[in-house]
Order: sequence, then C-alpha cells, then structure tokens
Amino acid sequence: MNLLEMNHIKKSFDGLEVLKDISLTVNEGQVLSIIGPSGSGKSTLLRCATMLEKVDDGDIIYMGEAAAKSEGGRAIYAKTSDLKRIHSYYGLVFQNFNLFPHYSVIKNITDAPLKVQHRNKKEVFEEAKELLRKMGLSDKANAYPHQLSGGQQQRVSIARALAMNPKILFFDEPTSALDPELTGEILKIIKNLAAEKMTMVIVTHEMNFARNVSDYVIFMDKGVIVEEGSPETVFNSQNQRMKEFLGKFNAD
Amino acid sequence: MAITDIIKQLSSGMGVTIEIFFVTLVSSLILGLGLALVRMSKFKILSILAKIYISIMRGTPLMLQLLVVYFGPYFIFGIPITRSYRLNAVLIGFALNYAAYFAEIYRGGISAIPEGQYEAAKLLGYSRSQTFIHIVMPQVIKRIIPAVANETITLVKDTSLAFTLAVAEIFTLTKQLVASQSSMMPFVVAAVFYYIFNLLVAMFFDHVEKKLSYYR
Repeated sequence: MNLLEMNHIKKSFDGLEVLKDISLTVNEGQVLSIIGPSGSGKSTLLRCATMLEKVDDGDIIYMGEAAAKSEGGRAIYAKTSDLKRIHSYYGLVFQNFNLFPHYSVIKNITDAPLKVQHRNKKEVFEEAKELLRKMGLSDKANAYPHQLSGGQQQRVSIARALAMNPKILFFDEPTSALDPELTGEILKIIKNLAAEKMTMVIVTHEMNFARNVSDYVIFMDKGVIVEEGSPETVFNSQNQRMKEFLGKFNAD
Repeated sequence: MAITDIIKQLSSGMGVTIEIFFVTLVSSLILGLGLALVRMSKFKILSILAKIYISIMRGTPLMLQLLVVYFGPYFIFGIPITRSYRLNAVLIGFALNYAAYFAEIYRGGISAIPEGQYEAAKLLGYSRSQTFIHIVMPQVIKRIIPAVANETITLVKDTSLAFTLAVAEIFTLTKQLVASQSSMMPFVVAAVFYYIFNLLVAMFFDHVEKKLSYYR
C-alpha cells in the first residue's frame, strides 16, 4: 500500500523554482533516502511533504487521503479538520532536534500523546519508557535537553516522534549537526527501526548509510529528480551529474 | 517628631503606594501581553495602531499622561470629575503606560523563540493556543524576567508620580509632613520605605530567575 504519494510537486520561493515537478511514492515498510547537493531542494521537498511549507502545485496524498490536490495549476489544500488527521500519520526528526528545553526528556516524549492524542497516561508513560530503553536513554528520563549530548538529544527527538505512533517517519538530515561518533549512534538507531519495518523517508548526506539502509534512493539536483531506484541502480548510475556527485564522496 | 510617629503618619500612604504598585503590575502585565500580540499581529492596521500607541506612551511623560487621564473625561466629554476618581485615574494611567513598556518586553521575548519550536509543536499536533501557552510562553517568561524586574523596580519609584493628582500615597504624605514639621526626617523614612520595597522586589525576581534556571 502507498502510504504517501506526491505527484508533480512544484514550489517556488520569490520566483526561484526550488522544486520542479517532483513525484514520488512511499510504500509501507519502505526506507527511502533522498540525496543530493546542498540547495538541490531535498529539504524543501521534506518540508512540503510534512506541510511545514505549502506547495504551489501538485498532489500530496497520505494513505489515500488527499492533503493537497492540484486543481487548475494550483494546489488546493484539504480543510483544517482533515489536515489535522493527516498530520497524525507522520512524524519528523529535525536536523537540530528542536526539543522543548523547558521539558524533561520524559515530558518531551509524553506531552504530545497526552495533550494532543488524549491517550491513557499509564500507557503513554510505559510506552515512553520502552522507547527510552530502545534509545539507550533509560537513565536520562528526568534530565533536561541541555544536559544531553547532541546524539542523545537526537535520540530523544526520535523517541518523541515515535511516541505519536506515526505511519511514516521523516528525517531531515538527522546527523548533520553531529560529529562522526555521534552520527554513528543515530544511524544505528535508524537501522534498527528499518529492521522493525518502520516506514521512513530520510534526507541525508551519509552516502554509505543511504546505500546500506535504503530500499529506494532518490538523487535530486536543482529541483528535479535526476536518478532514482534501488541503491545498486543509483550508486552505479552512469548519469554524468550523479557520477560527479558521488565522485566527490568516493574521492575522500 | 519621633520616627515612630512619622512612620505611623505615613503608614496609610504606604498602603496606597503598595496598592498602586500591585494593581498596576498585574493589569499592565496582562494588558501588555495583549498589546504585544496585537503589535505582532498579521493584520497590518492593528499592528501599526499598536505601534503608534506604544510610541506615544513611551514618548511622552507619565506625569502628563496621568493629568490627561484625570482631566480628559471632563474636558473631552464634559463628565464631572469626582474626588474618588483620582486614585482610579492614577491606576488607569499607570496601567496604560506600563502596558506599553511590557508589550515591547514581551515582543522581544516572543520573537527570540526559535522557529524550530513552533515547527516541532506543529508536527506533534499541538494547536496554536497549546503551542503558545505550553511551549512558547514558559520560555518567553524565562527570557524576559530580567527586563521585567528592571521595569518593576522603576514602577516602585514611579508610584510617587501619583502625587501629581494628590493621591494620598507615601510621597504625597511625606511632602506634606516635611512642610508641616519643617523636618527632613519624613524624606528619610520614605527613602528607606522605597529602598526596602525594591529590595524585596529584586529578591523576588532573583528567586524566580533561580527557579527557572533548571533549563537553558
């Protein structure tokens, strides 16, 4: 089943076309990586998919429900109550975590399930403790974000997103603010989630990671998808631009 | 005249000063938040009106504003001024003036909250009001405490401007007592009163600041 379908997405900022007719689908259990140089539009695509930005044109369909539909060359968004429900289908892990600094780790994780989803308190706390255990942070439940390393903060933010039980989890360059050692610990967590068949869309600069963990890779440049397919196809592509881009990584 | 007598004479004034202080503080903190939100509103006209209001309140003397609030109803609408209106005029004048200062403090605090906090809240499904009340405001309060403390200390001293409308707060009474007793002592007593008052205010805000230092 397609959890997410984006068709012919177009987005401009002040006349500058950032996304030029992008289409993609995300299947259940799939790990999709989006790679490409800075400024290629991959983060914008993620922000459009998570509705932090509005697209100019195109369809965004989550589990068969249209969040946005192209009509006469413009994207028409669904009404607020529908969007609210569609919002609950996905979560996002930010590059710089965006934890709530005034909430302890456990409150960061439990607050939205309690206040937004109005779930049972005992159940939410048990689930949160289980998530913390999985993230290797059981002893940090009562710590505050500023007392944690970047890697630990990112793990909390992953737990916070997972606590909402999303169908799809988006990652916006989740390791770009971390040093190589901490990057490793985050990538391990994402790998574990992939093994559990969590559906994920990951914007990343970690080429080896994208190659190893994804089922599907999209290479973007200048607002268009240049190459896409299985990791083998994309990383062995004969496309000139793709080879140039990968060459820079392989040169290291 | 013994110091104890002076204190006794001034004690009712101390009560009035404390009343002006608390009523102004509470009402202007509430009014100021509303004003800050209007000032930051997407509706350009509202925002500009709030900006003009703040500009006038901060750009003209508080003493003049008190006189306008007091005499305004009579000169503009022909409503006779009653004696009991004096204290109310002082309270209204102070609240309107301090709301402008607090609005700017709130505005600074609110715009200092990173966009990522709003985005994280949105992704987690918090409504706009939940985001503001639970995520944004607590962080704003922490950030603005030092500025609010400053303004509050100024307010303690500004309450003396109520003498303009002959409201019987401590400064008004002190001046009368100095004149009738031909003694400087009432001034000393008043100074000590203001100083201790502000010492308590400063201690209170220090305490709040410490309480909120559990996060950065």
